[in-house]
Amino acid sequence: MTDHELIWRIAGGSGDGIASTSQNFAKALMRAGLHVFTHRHYPSRIRGGHTYTEVRVSADPVKSRGDGYNFLLALGDSFARNPSEGAYYGNEEIKPLSENLDELNEGGVIVYDSGLLDASEIEDFDERVEENDWHVYDIDLRTIAREHGREVMRNTAGVAVTCAIAGIEPDVIKSLMSDAMPDKILEPNLTVFDDAYEMVREEYDVDAPDVSAPTGEHDEEQVLLSGSDAIAYGAIDEGCRFIAGYPMTPWTEVFTIMTQNLPELGGISEQVEDEIAAAALAIGASHAGVKAMSGSSGGGFSLMSEPLGLAEITETPLVLVEAMRAGPSTGMPTKPEQSDLEHVLYTSQGDSHRIVFAPGNAAEAYYQTRKAFQIAYEYQIPSIVLYDQKLGGELSNVPASVFDEEPNADLGSVLTEAELEDAPHDDSGKYQRFQHDTENGVSPRSLPGQKGGRYLATGNEHMPAGHISESPENRVAQVNRRMQKVDNIRTELDADGEFNTVYGDEDADLGLITFGSQQGTVEEAADVLSEKGHSVKVLGVSEMMPFPKQQVAEFLDSVDEALVVEMTASAQFRGLISKELGGYGDQMSSLLKYNGNPFEPADIVEGFETALLEGEELPDNRTKFVPKVGE
Amino acid sequence: MSAFSAIGEETEQDQNEFTPGLEPQPTWCPGCGDFGVLKALKGAAAELGLSPEEMMVTTGIGCSGKLNSYFNSYGFHTIHGRSLPIARAAKLANPGLTVVAAGGDGDGYGIGGNHFMHTARENHDITYIVFNNEIFGLTKGQTSPTSPMGHKSKTQPHGSAKTPLRPLSMSLNAGASYVARTAAVNPNQAKDIIVEAIQHDGFSHVDFLTQCPTWNKDARQYVPYIDINDSDDYEFDNTNRSEASEMMFETENVLHEGTVLTGRYYVDEDRPSYQQEKQRIGEMPEEPLAERYFDDSYEWERTFDNFLDKHK
Repeated sequence: MTDHELIWRIAGGSGDGIASTSQNFAKALMRAGLHVFTHRHYPSRIRGGHTYTEVRVSADPVKSRGDGYNFLLALGDSFARNPSEGAYYGNEEIKPLSENLDELNEGGVIVYDSGLLDASEIEDFDERVEENDWHVYDIDLRTIAREHGREVMRNTAGVAVTCAIAGIEPDVIKSLMSDAMPDKILEPNLTVFDDAYEMVREEYDVDAPDVSAPTGEHDEEQVLLSGSDAIAYGAIDEGCRFIAGYPMTPWTEVFTIMTQNLPELGGISEQVEDEIAAAALAIGASHAGVKAMSGSSGGGFSLMSEPLGLAEITETPLVLVEAMRAGPSTGMPTKPEQSDLEHVLYTSQGDSHRIVFAPGNAAEAYYQTRKAFQIAYEYQIPSIVLYDQKLGGELSNVPASVFDEEPNADLGSVLTEAELEDAPHDDSGKYQRFQHDTENGVSPRSLPGQKGGRYLATGNEHMPAGHISESPENRVAQVNRRMQKVDNIRTELDADGEFNTVYGDEDADLGLITFGSQQGTVEEAADVLSEKGHSVKVLGVSEMMPFPKQQVAEFLDSVDEALVVEMTASAQFRGLISKELGGYGDQMSSLLKYNGNPFEPADIVEGFETALLEGEELPDNRTKFVPKVGE
Repeated sequence: MSAFSAIGEETEQDQNEFTPGLEPQPTWCPGCGDFGVLKALKGAAAELGLSPEEMMVTTGIGCSGKLNSYFNSYGFHTIHGRSLPIARAAKLANPGLTVVAAGGDGDGYGIGGNHFMHTARENHDITYIVFNNEIFGLTKGQTSPTSPMGHKSKTQPHGSAKTPLRPLSMSLNAGASYVARTAAVNPNQAKDIIVEAIQHDGFSHVDFLTQCPTWNKDARQYVPYIDINDSDDYEFDNTNRSEASEMMFETENVLHEGTVLTGRYYVDEDRPSYQQEKQRIGEMPEEPLAERYFDDSYEWERTFDNFLDKHK
């Protein structure tokens, strides 16, 4: 983090409006020409609990939440439970203030609602304030809010105080409030805002701010959206008009966005009885000629294992999304992890042949979801977009032009009735939908209702017109053809060469390798390491299956050694690289994080310098270093 | 012009149209009730003037799952218990299709029971035929959800301690709008019931008693059977929910006492199908979605024009 950055954390309880307030704050600053990036931390409960959202604001592009933060707005938790000292989960009432101090950077600002929070309940508060040179503003936000509106408007008061202290023009926020709020609550909110703003300007000396927001300007129009938005929009732009699902955090976001938008597009969304049904419905719709998707998170995706295999052997196009969270089992429902990697690559009996993309940011999520649909429908294979609670929920500004793309509703390798007339049929008139010999392994589909296209789709191994068969010759021919499709997809992806990302100095001696949502954080860590004089570059892998063996091998060959950064406890991604490349174990070490919080750039800088280069123990258990084979 | 010209095509079909020209040798045992379902379905499809290519028959796993191997139409032999969700989606994607789902008692009332309950509840316009032989046949004779209490098998060596599931009552309570039971030994009634089930706008459930001569030798061959709609001994109104419920309860009670009751138990012609309900609330297009992908004049919506404003 640099001096000209604001990393603002708003903390309270679930249900206190933290999410909407922070989203509006981020959008207002994006409109003002700044780059923004958010990070959400919330518990699996409806009301109360330690909840915060960070908004990082910079004049320059940002790719992660940054390191620590420098401005705390601690609201009360209206729904705190067990407010007694001996309670198992501690005194929740004070948590919006107490739980957030450890990560507050030196010289940072603390604004807390003295109407609800009493700093004297925190051990050594004053000493810590002095030690860290924190600037404390105890302001009775609740009373300000009550005077002109309702208590819940203390969020608005808090934002106004933030503006007054950090030098943000009130109109930046107020114009967004005018857009976002219904008339009935707008007026009192604006009054609360002005009151709080004026009060700070009058009572405190804020002309030389302790922490100030930067100013900036965008080259082109920006939009603020999440990875979940980007995935849904990628699906829509590929002509996906059918989704089936069952709610589960964090996948529910994509399901909700699709469900809210599909009716106006003449599409269909089905909330069904379980995830087995969800995947099966997507298969049924796709089989009948509609571009369809489903998805879930770890536990629900487990239920989709068997339908996934059915799609593979019946060669039914299918797009699934898997939003990872910390496991196993229910694990930590609202916390990110990348530990479903192996599950998604290999689940379902038999040899898996599927496509898995793990996008690194919102723009990649959009493009890779589109590519997932294109491959699924062209090659008649399941495609999975693997992401996590971090990418799904974080908001960032993306150029609007990213989405200025033509829609593509092409159904891929499907024959029309006219084409079916000339296609091969068996002697009974059934269309040979699973021909052995095809140019690229793909045997085009017919759709139910088409004249001349009838055939049997079956989860059993089958002959060209679909009849069940255990003939060895037919078996080998069909397996080889289905596997050949995967090889051809690899060739196509190699030719495109657009989804994996190499970042940094090409001639660097040391490498950082990561996949999916950690990409931006690792790149920022590389920037810091480069500034500190290290020779380092980054490979961010998005093509998880089929694996880009050649590109990863070339990267590893070009460096002396590499640190593999992933949010798993068992180094799954490093294991995947070793398995796919059959070596390099003596060249790769791991930096793992699985405490429920995504990496911050500083975690990686520390792991790289302390553990990899100096061979010393990491000072705490936030991250874990696993040395290369033989050490 | 439709991209699916088999749908709605006026045809005069012989039931042989539904026999594949190269008929695979059925894997069913001699005397198996499953032949009765196949014959009844072929007869019903012909009587309705359906063409093979406007029909989609989905099946689960088990002997019943082979139905669409021997029936000449579009078919999807799915996985155990999942024929219904695949059938539902195909019908939503292209409502012109005549969709028939089939499976056994283990498939539909055991592993797929959740889908059965919810498909009935939602009243999808599809026909569901359950081959009920009160046993797991293909896996060699294990006790199934409809096996009678005390049924002995290799997996229940001391006799089942479970009362059998009540398929008709369950169907009614879950929300099916057409519920019937027929038997393989009753081919004319079976065909007529399947004709009605396919014609019915909503979820039609046909519990089809199919004797298993190999693994369920102890069980009756479902003869003699009584058609409750024709018999003077059973007076009830099958459009009345409570009367239907009582009749079903009795039918399920007496089956294992040697009385095989069959017929139409519940018919609700007033309840809108799921498709109609979904269209009423504006969540399903009037034109079949599957046609849109073949409509060159359709202007596909895109994010850039439709959704970005709220993110600016």
